[in-house]
Amino acid sequence: MSLLQIENLGKRFGGVVAVDDCSLSVEEGSITGLIGPNGSGKTTVFNLVTGFIPKDTGSVRFKSKSIDGLGPDRIYGLGIGRTFQLARIFPRLTALENMLVPVRRKGLRALFSRADWGHEKLRAMEMLEFLEISHVSNTLGGALSYGQRKLLELGAVMMAEPELVLLDEPAGGVNPALLERIGDRIRRLNARGITFLLVEHNMGFVMNLCSDVVVLHRGRPIASGDPEIVRRDPAVLDAYLGA
Amino acid sequence: MKVARRTAVLRIVGLTAVLGVALALPLIAPDPATTNIAVFTVMYIGLATAWNIMGGYTGYISLGHAAFFGFGAYTLGLLLGHLGIAGGYTAFLLVPVAGLATAVLAVGIGWFALRTRAATFVIVTIAFMFMLQLLAENLVGLTGGGAGLSFPVPPWGGDYFNTPYYYAMLGLAGLGLGISWWIRRSKFGLGLLAIRDDEDKALAVGVPTRAFKLTAFVVSATLVGMIGAVYGYYVTYIYPQFVVDPLIGISMVLMVFLGGLGTLSGPVVGALILEPAQLSLAYNFGATRLYLVLYAAVFLLVILLLPRGIVPSVTDLLTRWRSRTGPSAPAPVKVLTP
Repeated sequence: MSLLQIENLGKRFGGVVAVDDCSLSVEEGSITGLIGPNGSGKTTVFNLVTGFIPKDTGSVRFKSKSIDGLGPDRIYGLGIGRTFQLARIFPRLTALENMLVPVRRKGLRALFSRADWGHEKLRAMEMLEFLEISHVSNTLGGALSYGQRKLLELGAVMMAEPELVLLDEPAGGVNPALLERIGDRIRRLNARGITFLLVEHNMGFVMNLCSDVVVLHRGRPIASGDPEIVRRDPAVLDAYLGA
Repeated sequence: MKVARRTAVLRIVGLTAVLGVALALPLIAPDPATTNIAVFTVMYIGLATAWNIMGGYTGYISLGHAAFFGFGAYTLGLLLGHLGIAGGYTAFLLVPVAGLATAVLAVGIGWFALRTRAATFVIVTIAFMFMLQLLAENLVGLTGGGAGLSFPVPPWGGDYFNTPYYYAMLGLAGLGLGISWWIRRSKFGLGLLAIRDDEDKALAVGVPTRAFKLTAFVVSATLVGMIGAVYGYYVTYIYPQFVVDPLIGISMVLMVFLGGLGTLSGPVVGALILEPAQLSLAYNFGATRLYLVLYAAVFLLVILLLPRGIVPSVTDLLTRWRSRTGPSAPAPVKVLTP
């Protein structure tokens, strides 16, 4: 069953067509890779799905329900988390506080009570330990290394227990050892039932991790399916190598 | 653990002492010159604390908070006039009503102003303040225009005159500090700090940023409106350019920057330093605006030497000094046990 269905999505910025009649679906339980050359519209698709920018045409359905017209906070509330390119965290909050911001609470009273509820903190610390960064829980976000920020951003998104997580270049700019760790953690989170859609340029990482890939070219999917097969698709080679 | 307990005890003793002095001040120094300074200083503690709830926590710098100050003052003045309430303690009971009216205004202004960010927000708040000032000047039938609006004169007098106003201001400052402290440690407050750090990212992790910002704005404005109402009653005669005064708006901002943006005690420290200094300048050099030169100098010095304000800088210094001396220093790396 597909968890996320994107149909005929379109977006132009002035005269530039960023996403053009794009239809794709993400299967529940999968790790789907969204790849394509620079400027092919991958991040725009993310921004459209998560409600950061309004779409011109098309519709997005999550768990068979339309999420069109909802704002980013509402869409996040439905269970779609996202990370950003270049790891965006809150620099003047500690790592632990960074983890607590996304935690969802019901009701006004809960909102106006203490930020650091014991069981939430416990869950945050467990997640930090899982990512092997619990030793920096009291460090300000701005003082963390780039790799630690990447892990922290991934962990923070998990705190609201999303069903689908969109990762924008999880492997961008990190060293090979850390790359291994990030890939491994994504796989383990996937085994816990979280579906991933990720944008990535590191082909080795994608081929290793993803069960499905979708190739975007000029805002339009040109191939999708098993990574090994897609990799040999002439249209894909063409899009990457020139033409 | 021992250090933590000793700090907690010190903190409680310190707070009790400060509160005791604040409560007993009119008894210790009953002369009107001193209590007058005390009224204005405590007023600015309240204003700076209220402004910090918006400006410090969310990072949205409003230079137009004087609009709410003036609006609160005019609301109370008009209420007292139209209801025919004579001067007395009853007038203080209407201060929350002035606050409520200010809250309604703040929802309206915030609704528009918070569609903008950063520098644009600053300009929009200034624009709203001048609009309000113009309205107060030109709606002569309602506000009296440039001729001013008078409040009923209270029946008490002499050395005691300032005392009720002092306690009213102290109460509002205490209320502001309580709210500020409560917000700072709440889930809501954490959301505000997240907005300050990276608003789009906050939105991406589910913080309803618009609702949060508007709530902080309205809470901040309401407190300022109530303080403005007490101020109007205290000075008994208000004029548009002296209550919807840009300098009042700038003073509270400067105090927060001096003391420490986004901290609980920073606004208090800033107000305790700047307001008595400004008043003593006014006494010694007459009602010139010489203090404005001083304000500009302080602003420059803060930006150059203490960009984060006094409280964060001193806290850092203390932490460094503590970690360098003695066995009571906390372990450098400590895994937090929740």
